[in-house]
Formats: sequence, C-alpha cells, structure tokens
Amino acid sequence: MSSPEPSLELAHWGVEQARAAGASAAEVLIASGESLSAGVRMGEVEKLKHSRERRLGVRVFVGQSSATASTAELDRDALSEFIADTVRLARLTAPDRWSGLPDPTLHPRLLPELELSDPTSGIIEADRALKIAGEAERAALGADPRIKNSEGAEFDSGRHRVIFANNQGFAGEYAGTSYSLAVAPIAEADGAMQPGHWYTYSRRFDRLEQAASVGLTAAKRALRRLGARKIKTTRAPVIFDPDMAASLLRALVGAASGPSLYRGASFLINRLGTEIASSNVTIIDDGTMPGGLGSRPFDGEGLATTRKSVVERGVLQSYLLDSYSARRLGLAPTGNAARSVGEAPSVSAANLYLQPGPYTPEEIIRSVRRGLYLTELIGFGINSVTGDYSRGAGGIWIEDGELAYPVQEITIAGNLKEMFMAIEMVGNDLSWRSSVASPTLKLAEMMIAGE
Amino acid sequence: MANELIPPDKFFLSRFGMTEGSLERIMGAALARKADYADLYFEYRGAEGLSLEDSIVNRTSKSISQGVGVRVCAEDRTGYAYSDEVTIDRMRLAAETARAVAHGGGDTPAAVQVGPPVPRHKLYELESTPLEVPLEDRAKLLNEIDRAAREFDPRVKNVMASFAAERKLVMIVNSEGRIAADVQPLCRLSVTVIAEDGKGRQVGSSGGGGRVEWSFFLEDERWREHALKAARQAIINLEAVDAPAGETVVVLGPGWPGILLHEAVGHGLEGDFNRKRVSAFSGRIGERVASEFCTVVDDGTIPNRRGSLNIDDEGTPTSRTVLIEKGILRGYLQDHLNARLMNMTPTGNGRRESFAHTPMPRMTNTFMLPGEAAPEEVIRSVSRGLYAVAFGGGQVDITNGKFVFSASEAYLIEDGVVTRPVKGATLIGNGPDVLTRVTMVANDLALDPGIGTCGKDGQSVPVGVGLPTLRIDGITVGGTSA
Repeated sequence: MSSPEPSLELAHWGVEQARAAGASAAEVLIASGESLSAGVRMGEVEKLKHSRERRLGVRVFVGQSSATASTAELDRDALSEFIADTVRLARLTAPDRWSGLPDPTLHPRLLPELELSDPTSGIIEADRALKIAGEAERAALGADPRIKNSEGAEFDSGRHRVIFANNQGFAGEYAGTSYSLAVAPIAEADGAMQPGHWYTYSRRFDRLEQAASVGLTAAKRALRRLGARKIKTTRAPVIFDPDMAASLLRALVGAASGPSLYRGASFLINRLGTEIASSNVTIIDDGTMPGGLGSRPFDGEGLATTRKSVVERGVLQSYLLDSYSARRLGLAPTGNAARSVGEAPSVSAANLYLQPGPYTPEEIIRSVRRGLYLTELIGFGINSVTGDYSRGAGGIWIEDGELAYPVQEITIAGNLKEMFMAIEMVGNDLSWRSSVASPTLKLAEMMIAGE
Repeated sequence: MANELIPPDKFFLSRFGMTEGSLERIMGAALARKADYADLYFEYRGAEGLSLEDSIVNRTSKSISQGVGVRVCAEDRTGYAYSDEVTIDRMRLAAETARAVAHGGGDTPAAVQVGPPVPRHKLYELESTPLEVPLEDRAKLLNEIDRAAREFDPRVKNVMASFAAERKLVMIVNSEGRIAADVQPLCRLSVTVIAEDGKGRQVGSSGGGGRVEWSFFLEDERWREHALKAARQAIINLEAVDAPAGETVVVLGPGWPGILLHEAVGHGLEGDFNRKRVSAFSGRIGERVASEFCTVVDDGTIPNRRGSLNIDDEGTPTSRTVLIEKGILRGYLQDHLNARLMNMTPTGNGRRESFAHTPMPRMTNTFMLPGEAAPEEVIRSVSRGLYAVAFGGGQVDITNGKFVFSASEAYLIEDGVVTRPVKGATLIGNGPDVLTRVTMVANDLALDPGIGTCGKDGQSVPVGVGLPTLRIDGITVGGTSA
C-alpha cells in the first residue's frame, strides 16, 4: 500500500475530484513533515524519536453548505472515495449565508520569500543532537552543587511542508525548518525541590542560543526559586518578565480574534478605535517577518499574510480575522486564518509582539518599592468573555527596588481590561524565542492572594 | 469505517497485508541489538464532528488517521519511530531507527513468537457507536439543545453546541510475544452559552459523554440537562460579585471538582516522575499525605467511562489502583518501562495520545471514595467560605507540588448558608499537603459527566475524575476582593 508523495499536482487533483463529486467550491491542504528528537537525562541517552507524517485536508462547499475532512490515506482510489464522502457530508450540513472561500481577488499573485528554511542544516542526526542536548544538561548540572537532579534536555529538529490549492485559481506551497533545545534541571535544598526550565527555538540551526548558555540559564532559574515562601494577601505592582508578558498578549489576541467577536464571547466587542491599553502600548502582528517563527507566505485560506498594528499607542486598531469572521463583522480579512489540516479555518496571530520601550528590566525593578517580579504562571484562569483574570503565580518579591526573596503558592488577579490600562513601564528587552514576544512590563497594581 | 465483525487484531493484519510471521520478523529486527523490550503499536481512528452556532448546524467534519509506532527499550533508554504509512518496509526502517538506543549485540534479528491475543475487559461492548446514527439525528439534537438553552432565559444571547464521536482500533504486539487489541469508541457533547444583560456578558458551559451509545444522551433527556446547566451558569454569573482573595475554607461540590485530585496528587504519583525522583511525592509511600477521611483510587475498569480502557496502550489490562488509603500514600501509576525499572508491577496506566507518541504513566478515572457526612451538613459547618461546584482546567508543577484549578461557578458561604455567586477564580495549593486539610467528606460521590482531557508532555488523553462533597480548611483563593 504505497501511496503518492504530497505534491501540488495531488492537491489540484483533489480539488478536481471534489468538483466532479458535485462540490461548487473546494480547497485542498496537504501538510507533511519529518523530525528527530533526542533526549538526554543525567548524562545518559534517554530517548530518540523519529517522526514522519503527512495528512491531506479538504474543505468542500455545496452552495453555502460546507464540510471539512482529513485523512492520512493518500492512495488515489481511497482519496477519491473519501472526497466524495466529504461532499455528501456537506450536503447534510445546514447552509450558512456567511460561508464560502475568500474573495478570489484577495489571493496573492506572488509569494514572498520569507526564509523559513535553514539553507544548510537539515534534520540534525542523532549523535550530534544527543551531544548538543548532553552539553546543555551538563552545563546545568555543573552550575551549582544544589542542582542535583534533572528532567533532562531535549534537542529537536524538523522540517515541514504545506501545499495548498483551491478551485478559484490559487495554489501555493512553502517549506520550513525548526530547531529547538530545552533543558529542565532541578535544584534541591532543605528537602524541597524547584524546577527550572529554559529553551531556545529558531528556524535556523546557527541562530540557536549556545547549548551551555541554555543550560546555565535553566539552572539559574531553578536556583533562584529555592526557599520560596508564601506571602500575605496584598495589592501591589506586578512586573511581568518577558515570557509572562507574552502570555498577556496571547490572552488579548484571543479576545481580538474574529470567532470570539462574532460569537459575543469577547471583552473587546465594539472596541475598535477606542483606548484599550495605556498609551505606551503598541502591539504588532507581522506574518511577513523574514525567518519569523510564525511567518508564512499565505494564510490557511490562501490569503496574503500582513503586518499590522493590533494596538497603536493604546488604541485598538485591528482585529485578527479570517474571511468567515470578517464577513460576519463587516470587515476585511487580515490574513490570519489558521488551519489545522482537518478543520475549518480558525484565527491565530502570526508573529505577535509588543514594541519595546525605553527601560532596562533593572530600571523597572528599581522603580518598585514593594511588589512582585513575576516569573511563573500556572493554570487557565482567563475568561475572555469578561476579561476576568486569576492565575497561579510564582516569582521574586521586590523590597525597596531590589529582588529580595522567591515567592510561590500565590495568585494574581484582575481584569484584562484594567490590566492593559495599568501598564506603566515597557522594557527594552524584546527577544524572539516564540512566535509571541514581549519585553518586560510593569503593571501598576494587582490583587495578589497568599496567606 | 471498519467492519464490526472482524476482531481488531485481524482487522490490522488484513488491512495492512501482514501476517503473524511478518510481525515476528519486524519485532526481531527491533530486538537485534541488546534490548530489553520492544513493541509495535498499530492505530486506526475514524472521527466525526458537528457543531452549531446561531441556531444552525453549520460545521461538519470527519477524519481518518492511521499509523504504526515501533518502540525499543534498553535499560532506561527508549527509541521510537513512527510513520503514518503502514507498510512492512516502513516498519522495518522504523525498527532499525528505534533500536539505535540499544548498544552491543550484532544486527542479527532475534527470534520472537507471537502468541494468542491476551484477554481484555469488556467495558464498552456497544451495539453501535454514535457514528452510525444518521447525521441528521445528531444535528437535530444540537438544534433542540439550542432551543432549550434559549428558552431558559431571554438573556441567553448565543448558544454553541458540538458533538464529537470517534472509534479507535488499536493493536499492540510486544517482544514477550503478547498481542492485544481493542476497539475504543468515545464521544462527547459540549454546550457553551453566552448570556447578556444591560450591564455585561457572561459565559456558561456544560457537557458530557463517554464510551457510550447515542441513546445515552437521550436517556432522562441528558442533553437537556447540559443545555440548562450551561444556560443557568451563564445567567447566574451575570450576578456574580468579586471572589475573595486569600486563604479561606472551601467546600467542593461532587463530580468534576475531583480535578483537585487529578492535579494535587494524581500527576505526582505517576511512575515516571517517581522513578526519576522529580515529584514532590517521591519516596513517600507509606507516609501520611492526606487526612484519614481521604481514600483516593484510580480505576480504569468502570464500564462506559471516558477514562476507562479495556487494555492500556501497551496491551496491559487496566486495573483499580489505590493511591491513598485513609490518608496514607499507597501506590503509583505505572506503565511497562517504569514498572520494570522500579521493580514494580504495571498497573495498566501506560497510555499515549496516538501512534505518534510514546506511552507514559497516565491516569484513567481518579476519584475519592465517599465519606459519611451529608452534603448539607458539610455546607452548614462553614461560617464563612467558598462553595465551588464547577471548574475549568487545572495544572500542577510536579516538582514543587504547587497546583491550581479554576472555578467557573462558585458561591459564598455565609453562616452555613450558600449565598451570592462569585466570579470565577483560581485556587492554588500544595499537593502533598492540601488533602491533610480535608476535615469532612460527604456520602455523595459522583463521577464527572465525561468531559476531561489531560495534557502531559504534549500528549492529550481522555480521563475521568470524581469527588464527594468535601471541606478543605484553608486553600488560597485568587479573587480580587480583599
């Protein structure tokens, strides 16, 4: 049962099959990839994992009724039957007057070159991957005698390819690579353990942070949590470190995305053009950044990705929309259709970041007499309908502008509407380790619950 | 879909043109070097989903996935390779890749003989799965849910409902010659309601399911219960006041609030974390970690439950494992690898999301046995506290033991009486210590309605939880009201 390799030709063929089975419109998406993951723990090889996957997704329309489907069986006979079945499924689905492929005039004619692939390094072979992971873990374990254990280090490399075609003349494909190294040492003192975690992630192998440096950072992050205590419930300023600040951006973008808005499930409904954050906040989403972790030449519906201000000096400038939610809201799509192979388009940010400000993280910490430097968040306590925010937290308590002692088993709570207005200082320390990035942010005050 | 009448092991052999002989040869290739164990995991999964919004069922989807994973274990090293092309050549290639973790020995294939299929539980022998129910009937039910929720209150502004069903066939062959196979149906109904009044907007949700037939949702009009529960929660939350901030007495309602156990103790008792001694519970078997009122079990053998399995994803029959007995830590949840390395017995908790993942110790249905108090009595005992009956997700840091779970429907208790609803808030505690503060356990154990999905190391698996009403004397509540 050997089946054909993914190709644009196969995608076009799939579209034709759907049309022949009675679909008035159709699109085919094929995603494939291969990766190797190498893990080391306490200096020994722990695991090697090789992955190879390919899936074909189809979305068909019969008038304004639609259905989506995906399969891993790329053999043409099986596919032909599968696509015909999907057309039958669409006929059983209620017509939706907003449904349909995007406006054909919005498909790009030329696709930009976004440097999504490493030009020289493919998948890094097992021995070398294990060596890199081992080096990172060794640096962590050697950093301090209190680093006594480890959950290991892992080096991953992979390549993926996306092929897309629809019946209104758009077809395109792109390929990318990704490399990552993560380390998770454990510090121990007085019978209590604290984990630390650090990682580096890039589309290019040569742009990863050095293995030893990743290990050392992870060790420092574990060590600084030793002796963490609970504090009394209080209101105080909270400084979000860059990773924690990035999680705030993700929450905002969830509420600014089309499906949340037309469903009435967002605290940002009818807020376009109004102030939703303090004036030192500008948030950009850019799908066209060369080498960006979230960059792609076209979105999940074949529309060009874009660079836009979501928030400009505190004012909400743009929602993130696919063509369905755009039609429902009476707006233009923004090239933010996200796609998992077997599902209808959803919405996601591409490369989302908060523009850096003038302050070093040290200056921001010095500006706080007593407050929380937030380095850990756990749980899912964000209600994007109301903006209510309540999450488990950990970090370092600040006394008189200095990092004084670690704290844990506390929560921070507020409402995102007020939290974004309360951003008083923006750091200058923006760096990209994920497709969502932020510099350090200081919020004027939040409720911190402890004892 | 596959023909119902073919036993699952025969299904794979015929579908992929294999014989027991070819399985034995691939297993032999996997074991060529000095390995302790190897297994092949075959999976074929068909799924369908439909969803409603704006009172129409406007989205339908289906998927078929299949693949095979080859695993080789040598001491504590694991090699794994998988492919969604199930051919003899691919599998031999995967076996050669996976065995790279084993050192020594030659590259001469080992002799393996596959025996007869191992017996399994029969926890979900369904006459038919919801996939065989006409799509029109499934769509009609979503429309009725929409109507019921909207009729509940004029402030209901939007209803989103979805129904997802799948049927998964798995077959595991291992180097001990064991072959095991299972057919695993699963489905889930979800309802989300948005309510709006002049002052604001709120959300409520409900859902349920399991390894059940379609009739499960029609019995006692279970579907209506979910519609009304979601609508009622959204409406109640419109009136919610700010939740308290700080340590307080908390009463948890029965059922899904059992997510407390899943986060506070369940993960920390998984074998992998304890073998590596990275769990806050490491080395504490036999010690007191809860009050005498607390007995906690993980049970994968409850018929038709979302978290139940006839066999785990390594072919071991599932079982009932006592984790905590009257407050004393008794056991860990084990898969094959960690049980072998810890010299313990596998408990049937080796699970994986799909053929693209390696198995790990995971929970099935985790719950606390009932106590003797009446639930009303538990609430009456509290002069000032929080009564939480519905939760969203939770999370735990295994190593330092801190865990959270977020209430989505909660009320104040004032002088022994449940009074005003409060806004959702996250509760945070310390796993090895939170259950020592349990001072009352009621007699109303309930399992959750069948909605849980657990994430670990990037892998999602369906799970269940359960809890009787109980009182915790002091846990930090992350509200905004001082």
